[in-house]
Amino acid sequence: MDIELAKKFYSQMLLIRRFEEKCIELYSSEKIRGFLHLYIGEEAIAVGVMHALSADDAVIATYREHGHALARGISAKSIMAEMYGKVEGCAGGRGGSMHIFDAKSRFYGGNAIVGGGLPIAVGMALADKMMKRDRVTACFFGDGAVAEGEFHESLNLASLWQLPVLFICENNYYAMGTALEFSESEVNLSKKAASYRINSFQVDGMDVTQVAESAKNAVEDIKSGKGPVFLECLTYRFRAHSMFDAELYRKKTEVNEWKDKGPLVTFKKNLEERGLWSKIKAQEIEDEITKTIDDAVTFAENGTLEPISDLEKFVYSPEEVQ
Amino acid sequence: MSEFLMPSLGADMKSAILMQWKVKVGDRVTKGQVIAEIETSKGVIEIEVFQDGIIEKILVEPETECNVGTPLALIRSDSDEENITVSSVTAEQAQTEAIPLAPLEKATPDRYQDTTPPQRIKASPAARKKARELGLDLADLAKTSEGEIHLSQIESVAKTELKTPSADKMRQAIASAMSLSNAEIPHYYLSASVNMSPALSWLEEINKNLTIKARILPAAMIIRAVVLALEAVPELNGYWQEGYHQVCKEIHPGIAIALRKKGVITPALLGAKDMNLSQTMQALDDLIMRTRAGKLRGAELTQQSITITNLGDLGVENVYGVIYPPQVALIGLGKIIDTPWVQENKVIVQKVMKATLAGDHRATDGRTGALFLDKFNRILQNPKELL
Amino acid sequence: MKENNQTTYREAVREGIKNAMQKDDRVFLMGEDVGRYGGCFAVSKGLLEEFGKERIIDTPLCESTFTGAGIGAAMNGMRPIVEIMTVNFSLLALDQIMNNAATLLHMSGGQFNVPLVIRMSTGGGKQLAAQHSHSLEGWYAHIPGLKVLTPATVQDAYSMIELALNDPDPVLIFENSLLYNSQGTLDTNAKPLPIKKAVVKRPGKDLTILAYGINLFKALDAAKILEKEEIDAEVIDLRSLRPLDDETIMNSVKKTHRVMIVDEGWRSGSISAEIMARINEQAFFELDAPMGRVCSAEVPFPYAKHLEDAALPQPVKIVAMAKQIMEEA
Repeated sequence: MDIELAKKFYSQMLLIRRFEEKCIELYSSEKIRGFLHLYIGEEAIAVGVMHALSADDAVIATYREHGHALARGISAKSIMAEMYGKVEGCAGGRGGSMHIFDAKSRFYGGNAIVGGGLPIAVGMALADKMMKRDRVTACFFGDGAVAEGEFHESLNLASLWQLPVLFICENNYYAMGTALEFSESEVNLSKKAASYRINSFQVDGMDVTQVAESAKNAVEDIKSGKGPVFLECLTYRFRAHSMFDAELYRKKTEVNEWKDKGPLVTFKKNLEERGLWSKIKAQEIEDEITKTIDDAVTFAENGTLEPISDLEKFVYSPEEVQ
Repeated sequence: MSEFLMPSLGADMKSAILMQWKVKVGDRVTKGQVIAEIETSKGVIEIEVFQDGIIEKILVEPETECNVGTPLALIRSDSDEENITVSSVTAEQAQTEAIPLAPLEKATPDRYQDTTPPQRIKASPAARKKARELGLDLADLAKTSEGEIHLSQIESVAKTELKTPSADKMRQAIASAMSLSNAEIPHYYLSASVNMSPALSWLEEINKNLTIKARILPAAMIIRAVVLALEAVPELNGYWQEGYHQVCKEIHPGIAIALRKKGVITPALLGAKDMNLSQTMQALDDLIMRTRAGKLRGAELTQQSITITNLGDLGVENVYGVIYPPQVALIGLGKIIDTPWVQENKVIVQKVMKATLAGDHRATDGRTGALFLDKFNRILQNPKELL
Repeated sequence: MKENNQTTYREAVREGIKNAMQKDDRVFLMGEDVGRYGGCFAVSKGLLEEFGKERIIDTPLCESTFTGAGIGAAMNGMRPIVEIMTVNFSLLALDQIMNNAATLLHMSGGQFNVPLVIRMSTGGGKQLAAQHSHSLEGWYAHIPGLKVLTPATVQDAYSMIELALNDPDPVLIFENSLLYNSQGTLDTNAKPLPIKKAVVKRPGKDLTILAYGINLFKALDAAKILEKEEIDAEVIDLRSLRPLDDETIMNSVKKTHRVMIVDEGWRSGSISAEIMARINEQAFFELDAPMGRVCSAEVPFPYAKHLEDAALPQPVKIVAMAKQIMEEA
């Protein structure tokens, strides 16, 4: 790993971390409303996978997608403005925290129905295959989605039709408040995916380098026609499912155990072992990120509200498209 | 100095109970540090501080319920003693900079444009119905009203023009009319016994050749007889108004019909002169049906030129009625009873009905009345004339 | 196609799909048994042989995912026609239809439109009992973001395919399964009537009868009977339930002042209720009698024929309602 890559990984993960922390503050003071699902603890997965994707690949994520959006290159400003409900937000304030969309970076949400994005990913990959485009559709979802019928239908279809989908399961062991053991008869999720004859791998979701490596291999395999790949990333969310959650379903000791092996901690150790830690100038990165986030908040604060007279826009397209 | 506020953790969280402080005054805190626990509807949640600093003052004691946004503590930041810190949002800011709601345009109700063309009279369905019942012409009304005609307008017109009584209002109306009549009109009474047997058996024969629907009732026969008699003796068909006797050209006998809800109404059988017997029957049928259904026309309520009241089915033999002003006569018919009757010097049983006439002595005298009753009787003895 | 341009509704749909697929490589058909089986109602018979398995795709039984796949493919440059075998099964795909197809344009602030066409068969009358006899097109017409078409005529069965594919937003086409065998005239060169235009199929002056899908023909049959009783009914084919052609509807109400609707859905919260509400809003003063409607009885569809017949709208019920309205005026 070279310095540039180390800097990239660290700064992206830190950006996500600080962004999410800022969101806590803003949500607590009612600047951000609705639901807020934080990615803290899982940053390595978004950063690692995005590293393996190219610009013309597509990304479909869940309602816990701030990290994915930032790692994909969507600006903190536009995400923040979106959560403030301002028209400068990436979805014009129409979506909010759970519906980040960006056409430029081929970021297709932001989906609030658990499992609802998998069929869309299958369809996007189908189109790519039909049009013979060399692209991958990366589909992120959690362990909770594995229980939904759409998970099984989608994996089956992707495998049957050999579609270029990278299924990334972010297994953080809890579907809202329900631990994995209480919702899955078979808790080894890669095994389930493998039963659909999909190449499946389990990877340490706390280690960005491992995630990146696995994702890179997966993308190569997919693009060389070896069919879809299932990547189970073992991770943990350090915060509650959403903001209003007393976490009665898990022990603080468990949380703290995971915090001790979190992505930033793990990566720092990694770099220290390679003698790279001092070289990446972590404090500079920290300062820059502070500025980025402050700017994003200012941008959002100063944003404009869409006029109510435009309420009924975006129900139908403005004109016929060929 | 900045304020540490009760955070909002969800849209449906209005307040929480500050349960426990994990720090005390003077403690140094760092951004992200948990400094208190709150109890919410979902359980106990730890809350954190969003800046580095020192706890300056605790504002809320444990086990106090506070609304979201309530200042719980004061925190002195290292950099700036007095100024509001940049990175946290103070209660004031929270209040004044709360996302301003774009003022909702005056709530215009979600009503589509009414696209009725101008020439169409805009009367509500209820108004139309009422107008039809009362025989009011909407076009006339439309001229005076601007815009839409609703039920209330029809009703107010009705009050001024017509007596369309409700059951108790009707009683009042009858009361005042009868009082007036009795007070003002000098009544005279005549009666005659009419042998109905010939007419009834004749009717029976006629009805044998008619369908059930077309069958003619004795009542129609009687009405027809009255009409024909009035043609011969027209003075009884008309009004006494303002000191003058007016004979009506048209014959519109008011037929007394009992209403289910008590009370009697006497709508006119309009234009009876021009009806033959079966048409009289049809008209009577229709009139009774529409009376019971409340669908009478205005003219039927106001144009009676004489009234016929038949209380025979209630067992009354003689009817001594009170004339409805401004009419000048009332014909009363009693029950048809099997009575001993002398014919060709023999006593036989015949069906006999007493017919009485109440007359307004200002308009006619007994002689006119007698002529009428005689004619009425004769016609019924020669029923073929009724056709 | 037969002579005199007479053809069946089924063949018209097939022609419509064929025509679209020949003109545009992006169009493909996906659904259960559309390929090897030739289509549950034989609509796609022969298409697999003509276009190949890349474009006529048999899916496993996974309504939610293959509908969602249709959404994804449409967003990513293709023009899929998803065939859901019947509206009864579409309930499994309701999340994809309502939470994705109908909303993606809005959630993304206008960035991603979904040019997807979903065809479904609909309706009861074949003694298939409660789970196979629904008419839910009125339900779907509730959802902003979707367009709902109900072709009744053979011509519309053909041309609505093209209209739907040309639309940048998701379009649902409901084909009443009892119509597949019906015969009618097809002119493949005729310019299609746009979505949202309702058509007066039988002009009249006494009473307006609004209908869609198979109900159009029941209404026309009723109109013939009413004619003998000197009631001159104006029968209108609504053609699309979302959007509704308010203008044509109101113009007819203004003409006749009496209106009734034939709707195979259950009356509660139905499209007939919606239409009545609109007439109330826009043409209240034109009404000379309360509006009427003939809908399916409020009962899950029974199997026994006499019961099913009693549950469905029938010409005799339409005639009775029409006469009642005429009497009230």
